[in-house]
Amino acid sequence: MNNNRKFLYGHELVVQACLDAEAEVMYGYPITPTCEILSGWIATGKPSLQTEDEIAAGFAVCGAVLAGQKAFTASGGPGHILLQDGMSMAEGMRLPFVIIVGQRGGPSSGTVIYSQQEVMLACFGGNGEGLRLVYSPATSRELYELTRQAFNDAWQYRFPAIVLTDGYLLKMRSGINLAEIKIENVPAHQLVPEDKIVHWPNIYTMEEELNEQINLAQKDWDEISPPIAKAEILETADAEILLIAHGIVGAAVKEAVKQLRKSGIKAGYFRPITLRPFPKKDLDNLFMKDNLKKIIVIESSSGQLARIVREQLAPEIAVGFEYLQKPGLGIEVEEIIDFIKNN
Amino acid sequence: MPENLAKFCPGCGYPITLLMLNKTLEKLGIQKQAVLGLDIGCALLAWNFLPINTFQTHHGRVVPTMMGFKRARKNSLCVALVGDGGAYAIGLQSLIHAAKRDEPIMVIVTNNTVYGMTGGQTAPTTLNMQITPTSPQGNIEEPFFGPELLKGIVKEGAFLARTAVNEPKQLMEYLEKAIQTQEVGHFSLVEVLSFCPTNWKTVGTQTIDKLNGLKNVFKLGEL
Repeated sequence: MNNNRKFLYGHELVVQACLDAEAEVMYGYPITPTCEILSGWIATGKPSLQTEDEIAAGFAVCGAVLAGQKAFTASGGPGHILLQDGMSMAEGMRLPFVIIVGQRGGPSSGTVIYSQQEVMLACFGGNGEGLRLVYSPATSRELYELTRQAFNDAWQYRFPAIVLTDGYLLKMRSGINLAEIKIENVPAHQLVPEDKIVHWPNIYTMEEELNEQINLAQKDWDEISPPIAKAEILETADAEILLIAHGIVGAAVKEAVKQLRKSGIKAGYFRPITLRPFPKKDLDNLFMKDNLKKIIVIESSSGQLARIVREQLAPEIAVGFEYLQKPGLGIEVEEIIDFIKNN
Repeated sequence: MPENLAKFCPGCGYPITLLMLNKTLEKLGIQKQAVLGLDIGCALLAWNFLPINTFQTHHGRVVPTMMGFKRARKNSLCVALVGDGGAYAIGLQSLIHAAKRDEPIMVIVTNNTVYGMTGGQTAPTTLNMQITPTSPQGNIEEPFFGPELLKGIVKEGAFLARTAVNEPKQLMEYLEKAIQTQEVGHFSLVEVLSFCPTNWKTVGTQTIDKLNGLKNVFKLGEL
């Protein structure tokens, strides 16, 4: 029996991860399913502010990181939409902006606990090229680890970082031993320094100036993408069908693959842990041999992950696609197995 | 002295406010602590004008950005430069709440009664029956009085005032008071009546006459 093992909610793990990442302040506005992150952070006694809306929360985070403070916010659904304003500034100015998104059903106010419909918004929600790091945890442990990583990558590489989770994971309790997890922190630094003068634009007079900035950011993005992009891959060596899912649906698919294997179906498992940058090489490499005949993308959306997979997969790879899509609904192991067996 | 040439239209009032701000910071010896956040609108053109730390934000968002900055670096002097549209229309929610919470930041609002950067459209400060590209028959609304609105919201110790770019003595006095207000931990807002000959389509003394006429509607002084 390990005494360090605790039984914690997902939102408690997020707050603990932010503390352990040495985050100094949270700005936020209450919205389900992320309210407990805000109240949980406030309960730690660390600096915080419940702002008048998510727009103010987003820009307060921008201001804080400009001054060199590790800051973050959390939201979902309509609040996530409003945060795109600040996130867009963070993308334009390369600010280490960290947000934990608890996806809820959409469009509009939708439902309040669960969905996987904020993938496009998280990845490409700004008026730019989508140069933001997006992590999709499948388990409570990963929720903790990826929140830590979001701070580290944001401050090391200076791109906004989004931990894209959902209310199921945030409101679920699981046993975890945090003492086992060793992650070193990347320290914060002043972006507007005290000892010299900075003149920092984010709007340009000439199209060429903006184009140059975008190209520079894209070059950095392309360089950091291979080390950051990550996937969980199982049972692919002889697989004939490849099941692709992300986030908590990925956890169900992983279990489904285990059971399908037991009944002799050659199923493989691919779960992007980072949606941006997408683990493209890892996916393409699975097609070096010609065992894989079909990809099945499984998600709680009408195809937001599928769009990314189709776009990222090398165009010369000829493979059939099928989809199990349940927008706004959770997906259980049994229905995944039934779907595979009936297709 | 400014760091670079002004990028504003010929005859714009903004450089006057900015040079007065710089002079005041110089006088008080606090240029190094000063951080100038710019809203989007004509204010953005000040991005490399003064020898102080300066960055651009988004339209209507300079107040919450500077709030985040100030809370992170308490020894800084945070100045938010914003137009009347950024302050009183799209950014009003944040302005009201920053004032109510008594955030120790200094907001300078340029009131020239129009959206200058986008071509002189109706602003919250546009006078009744003033003609603009978005009020071709004349503005049917009454203008918006920012400092007066905030008067009922701010806490003891906050500083609210209105002056004009052709009142240099008063402008400098108010900027100095606003800085001192931040130094003792309170919110301040100075609205500066300014001219926009480009969009007012005025020349020479017409511009000054129009600015002076505004003083009959928007009363100068401390609130």
